[in-house]
Amino acid sequence: MPNKEKLLVGLAGQQNAGKSTTFNMLTGANQHIANYPGVTVDKKSGTFKYQGVKVETVDLPGTYSLTSFSLEERVTRDFLITEKPDVIVNVVDASSLKRSLYFTFQVLEIGFPVAVALNMMDVATRNGIQIDIGRLQHRLGVDVIPTVGRRGKGKKELRDAILATANRKEGKALRIAYEDLEPAIEKLEGKLQTTKLADTYPVRWLSVKLVEGDSEAERIVIEELGAASTELEMSRKIRREFEEEHFMPVADYMVGCRDRLASSIVGSCVTETKAGKANISEKIDALVLNRFAAPIFLVATVFIIYQLSIVKGYDLTQYWWPFLAKFRAIVAGILPDAGMLEDPYIRSMSLWMVDSANALLNYIPIFLILFALIAILEDSGYMARIAFILDRMFFAFGLHGQSTLPFILGGVFAGGCAVPGVMATKGIPDERSRLATILTVPYMNCLAKIPFYTLLVNVFFVEYKSWVMLFLSTITIFVALLVARLLTATVLKTKETAPFVMELPNYHPPTFFGVGQRAIERTWQYIKKVGSIVIAVSVCVFTLLQFPGIGDDRKQYYETEINKAVVQFQKKIEKSSYAEHFQDEAAILEMVNLYTEYKTAKLNIKGAKASKALDLRYLKKYPDEFIFLKPKKDKDAKIINKAVRGLSSKRKSLRRNIKEEQIETSFLGSVGRSLEPLTQWAGFDWKINVAILSSFAARESSVATIGVLYQQGADENKSLEERMGAEISGGGFTPLHALAVMVFFALYPPCLATTIMIKVQTGSYKWMAFSVLFPTALGFIVASIIFSGGNALNLNGIQMMAVFYVFVVILTIVTGLSKSWGRKRPLINIRAGTV
Amino acid sequence: MRRRKRRKQCRMLGDCRPGQQAKIRCHHAEGAIRQRLLDLGFVPGTRIDMIRNAPLGDPIQCKVSGYNVTLRRSEAELIELENE
Repeated sequence: MPNKEKLLVGLAGQQNAGKSTTFNMLTGANQHIANYPGVTVDKKSGTFKYQGVKVETVDLPGTYSLTSFSLEERVTRDFLITEKPDVIVNVVDASSLKRSLYFTFQVLEIGFPVAVALNMMDVATRNGIQIDIGRLQHRLGVDVIPTVGRRGKGKKELRDAILATANRKEGKALRIAYEDLEPAIEKLEGKLQTTKLADTYPVRWLSVKLVEGDSEAERIVIEELGAASTELEMSRKIRREFEEEHFMPVADYMVGCRDRLASSIVGSCVTETKAGKANISEKIDALVLNRFAAPIFLVATVFIIYQLSIVKGYDLTQYWWPFLAKFRAIVAGILPDAGMLEDPYIRSMSLWMVDSANALLNYIPIFLILFALIAILEDSGYMARIAFILDRMFFAFGLHGQSTLPFILGGVFAGGCAVPGVMATKGIPDERSRLATILTVPYMNCLAKIPFYTLLVNVFFVEYKSWVMLFLSTITIFVALLVARLLTATVLKTKETAPFVMELPNYHPPTFFGVGQRAIERTWQYIKKVGSIVIAVSVCVFTLLQFPGIGDDRKQYYETEINKAVVQFQKKIEKSSYAEHFQDEAAILEMVNLYTEYKTAKLNIKGAKASKALDLRYLKKYPDEFIFLKPKKDKDAKIINKAVRGLSSKRKSLRRNIKEEQIETSFLGSVGRSLEPLTQWAGFDWKINVAILSSFAARESSVATIGVLYQQGADENKSLEERMGAEISGGGFTPLHALAVMVFFALYPPCLATTIMIKVQTGSYKWMAFSVLFPTALGFIVASIIFSGGNALNLNGIQMMAVFYVFVVILTIVTGLSKSWGRKRPLINIRAGTV
Repeated sequence: MRRRKRRKQCRMLGDCRPGQQAKIRCHHAEGAIRQRLLDLGFVPGTRIDMIRNAPLGDPIQCKVSGYNVTLRRSEAELIELENE
């Protein structure tokens, strides 16, 4: 019978051992993610109830060992030592048992009750590996449960073993013996037993680690007993004497002991029937990693990801958008009605917030598909191959093979989002490359930059459309690589680096549950983290654009204008038999609002069927007024309809004028104006400045702001492109201006959501500030060079684009090929002895 | 094993060509690199198969006790092999 009602279980194991699937198998969907205190490592925990016992399970970071060389290792070790879980479930990859045993030994050495989940038994069987479970159990002295996490096999047995292990009084677990060193270690162990360290730390583990010269163990002793403690001195003496006697480093000897033990266990428990034959993964690799075929497969994979997520996902947003539009309509319905000229603040602000949120939520289908595909790449094992193929290229610029995924997510091919991109840098083990990746992912073209590019390209580069788009989507990659190189050679120079030694795991078919869960989880993280911030910022931007507002005299003027229009309206409808309905202004306003609402609803639907259904709905809801919306053959109603249309369009244009004036006199507008003397070097006028400033909240808003600022002629139903074109050609805005603006926009700092994510991933406000200031400066300088340089050389936009492009490409190639940096042959250490 | 491959012995893993086999003698690396190599099974005395170079020549792929590991040449140049 279980003695405890609550158990804490730590799930530990090496990377690619199937820890996550085992975790899912044990806990089901009941899990949540948090961070370990003070670090950016995810702490995943979940609970399940089994035989009346509540078992809290913590999925520890996957590490190859329990030393203290990486953050993940330190986190795992600290958790084991400070939280003291009741049971550690060690997930072991049955298909490479020997290597997994190194880790198992370290867990056993810490001295906690251990149960081994021998995972991926199916892969092992397929590869012709047979494992004698009984004998392995006997050798290790702990329960060994064969499992197939992906199929949920062995779930009950593993849960049974957890309870049994927790309730076992006496452990008879394997003790790793260090042969010749054993007497010395035991002596040190006895000595440590008498100190206060024995209360907190497993003494055997501590003495083994001290003899091995582990820096973390030494730190613990120094902290608790002081630097001059006899125990520390003793461990150093043991090491010294052993090395003098055996002519080899103690650490190497201990590794050898463990290796011999692991070999002996594997030798007695494992029989290989297909040894020597190439397994399936190797056959696939022979094709996929072939020197000539590899780039083709890589490009094809990336192309498929792009097609499915960005292109197809974008198609899906057409079906998804009506739901968001409906949500907006519902909110609009709840809020106080619109006024004739000015809306109540609560209405305009709430709708502004909804619009900002919708702009982001619109991308949900894209993200779901993108994250699902990424999860498939990760689970299948191909992601590690991508790193293998591209590491050389990235390394030349101070990045890492594993920077590939963040860049893909960030939108290498015109379309992505820097937020998940920055999130995905978590997996990069090398601190310097990781920071460089975080700081360069935002240069990729996120989905929200696209509408702005499209707008400018359609106005200024109609004949060169595809060339300019190609320019924009590739220049960002070159610039990102150059910036990465610059940063790693300067501000990031002193950051910790890590070796690129990585397992290429066997290919596994991904599971539907695992992929779906990860896709939803990441999308949800995006919505949660980004959504809340964007809404908060949108309120600030709204305020900055709204206040102090237009002067009283201007207000008076617009008031008169609208009154004139109302009088005109009344005159027009005089002859209609319905004229008495529209005597007071409230009734008129109501009618105009209803008309606008109906027209907007019409715009959001497609097809004759939906249109009919909409009409029916309005007929039911407004039986008396519907006749004015759709007069059909009623002549009198037609008069009203026409007059309402005229009034509402007059009202629309007046409102737009007010808005423009408002923005011009707003706080943000005055900042944009005051920056004009500086930004003129890059060719930006105050309108562009305002668009750039407001786009910091979310890129999408730049097009909306431009839409308000370039609005003359909106009444004639001209598109924004035409309006901008007309106004701009008068104002001397040339393709060169447009080029400078687009390049600035490509290099411009990440949106607020991304900077928040940068803060989360780097854990520092300093880097967050850097991520904003550096690209601003860079973007401005480059834009100024393009604009002023183009003017000085008398080049037009497209010529300047070509000049700039060639320059950047050459610079990138030269930088990438220069071997002076980072490729130095490492110094051979004398320590390892002679040949 | 074909004779042609046997002819040229290499002292460091970084000098090996695809298809060659060798035994690890010792590591010249220290700290994190050494630990990582040991964790992944690059234990002195272990047989190692050099499988292939990446398309751009670096990193390399090796097979050690039954699984595949990739490492950069700069790290492979720290692994000394036994003369047979």
